[in-house]
Amino acid sequence: MENKKLIYLDNNATTKVDEKVLDVMLPYLQSEYANPSSMYDFAVNSANAIKTARKQVQEFLGADSDKEIIFTSCGSESANTAIKGALANNKTKKHIITTAVEHPCVMNVYKYYEKQGYKVDYIGVNSNGELNVEELLEKVNKDTALVSVMWANNETGVVFPVKEIADEIKKKNPSVIVYVDAVQAAGKVKIDVKNTKIDMLGVSGHKFHAPKGVGVLYVRTGTVLSPLIIGGHQERGKRAGTENVPYIAGIGKACELANENLDYELSEVKRLRDKLEAGILKNVFNARLNTSVSNRVPNTTNIGFQYIEGELILLHLADAGICASSGSACTSGSLEPSHVLRAMGVPFTSLHGSIRFSLSRFTTEDDVDYVIKTIPEIIDKLNKISPYQDELEALRNLKK
Amino acid sequence: MWDYSEKVMEHYRNPKNVGKIDNADAIGEAGSLACGDSLKLYLKIENGIVTDAKFQTFGCGSAVASSSILTEMIIGKPIEEVRKITNKDIADELGGLPPEKMHCSVMGHEALEDALKKYFNEEIEFNLSEKQDKLICQCFDVHESQILEAVKTNNLRTVDEVTNYTKAGGACGKCRSTIKTIIDKYWAEKDKDKPKLTQTQKILKINSVIENQISAELQKDGGDIELVDIEDNKVYVKLHGKCSGCKNSHMTLKVFVEQTLRETVSEQIEVIEVE
Repeated sequence: MENKKLIYLDNNATTKVDEKVLDVMLPYLQSEYANPSSMYDFAVNSANAIKTARKQVQEFLGADSDKEIIFTSCGSESANTAIKGALANNKTKKHIITTAVEHPCVMNVYKYYEKQGYKVDYIGVNSNGELNVEELLEKVNKDTALVSVMWANNETGVVFPVKEIADEIKKKNPSVIVYVDAVQAAGKVKIDVKNTKIDMLGVSGHKFHAPKGVGVLYVRTGTVLSPLIIGGHQERGKRAGTENVPYIAGIGKACELANENLDYELSEVKRLRDKLEAGILKNVFNARLNTSVSNRVPNTTNIGFQYIEGELILLHLADAGICASSGSACTSGSLEPSHVLRAMGVPFTSLHGSIRFSLSRFTTEDDVDYVIKTIPEIIDKLNKISPYQDELEALRNLKK
Repeated sequence: MWDYSEKVMEHYRNPKNVGKIDNADAIGEAGSLACGDSLKLYLKIENGIVTDAKFQTFGCGSAVASSSILTEMIIGKPIEEVRKITNKDIADELGGLPPEKMHCSVMGHEALEDALKKYFNEEIEFNLSEKQDKLICQCFDVHESQILEAVKTNNLRTVDEVTNYTKAGGACGKCRSTIKTIIDKYWAEKDKDKPKLTQTQKILKINSVIENQISAELQKDGGDIELVDIEDNKVYVKLHGKCSGCKNSHMTLKVFVEQTLRETVSEQIEVIEVE
């Protein structure tokens, strides 16, 4: 690609590595290559890098102890370790509760357990993407082994009240394990696990400016967990494999930076997101906001463009240098549109044309202004191709 | 990211003949909003020649490209020629489509077929046959005739291929076994003219074709083939010499070996390469 414009609004897919994170990592990719388990002085820096990172993560997640932090390779590994590790120690109970809008890395683990004879309840959401918490709590019974709820949804950004959910579950049945997928919450909401009843929580580095290939699993002291990866003694026997020192140092730094930038995310990033959202809705007559709840992560908006298709929109956005993503079937090749938007009952007039814009602390005012200016031109061009001219005309008149 | 051809990109970026024809002689429709793609094709026909064509499409890049190129393919052509266009022709003209996107070319062809049926007043006949035409995929509203048409035109053998071409079976998956039966029935029907073989006769025949026809052909290019196993209609083979590891070996197998065995033994043969 030649040096053309790049407006990156797909930060829920992955983020740019912060240069400060890269700086912390580089020595461990160059001169400081010792195995942290080794006995000589040369290994001290490697071992200390992990210690520092573990402290940084502990602080970021608000954990009581750094012994509760396990480094993994990604969000999917964190989820698999937590779920499989907990169920392996809880074989008499065969009931799992989760949501209908979990990320595939969690959802497909439950589909697997369903095939193994587990009963899995998938709790739905309303048209705004908010979880039916009452229904979830009603399902908790004495056979429930695990409840798994994401902190924030990756497609809509809607935040679920995981603290309250965990409190209520433990009141009903203290032996239930609560797992929270916090991949989309990290760096966008305050995570303070010590003041919750959450047993395990997973995050992924590349969603908050660390590189791909490193994640964290928080495991509350006292939670019995069988390791997914068996081998050496690393991570207190909970996750074997020589520690990925540079990446662990990187995610530690990313946690520190996320802590420092949380206020900025909640004020500035949110302001830019709101400006983008309002700008698109004002200038595009067939734009429809898929959820307007205020309790959303500050960086995400999901907008449906009625009577046109998402992949086509993305291709034209890409030509204009704008990176976003779509829950459209055509993008993934799955033929079916996003399970999240379907669970919300988004009407099919805008379901196939839904686009997610996700910002970060690196998004600028110019970026947002450019998108607000460019999108109406693109949508206008694509509207002309649609066979639903009468319907579009009706929407146009409605907006006037 | 899809691996779209230059031609596909050119056509979704700047589609040709977008819009409607007010006094069209025929309008063809395919797909639906609920299913995620739909197409309206407008034709102007004078003295047996398509003098103008326009389209409106709700769909992805390849759906728009398929519609756009279709209008270019038919404008100025006599009806008899236009009738012969298949979905494969549309995909070929675009320089190919990713397998998962072949259904876009099928939608183009269906809209064209619909327009021509209406033009020739075949409405009544069409409705009659539609009654007997079983609905196979409820999710995407795909009938048996559409599946058979795709299997026939594109030489499809597996349920996944049918899903790529027609979308049938791509959502809840309940109809996948029915689709399998339709495919098997179609290819079994094709075997009718061939001598009926018992399993032992079939094995002997496959062995003899590989030894006498296929092996001889491959030896000319410095390679060879070895029959490893036969399981029902699956034929496991090993490639030797210049054939093994050759980057064209997959093509050699799929196109040559499979085709030869299908022509001589059974249309249902599938060839699998083993290490």
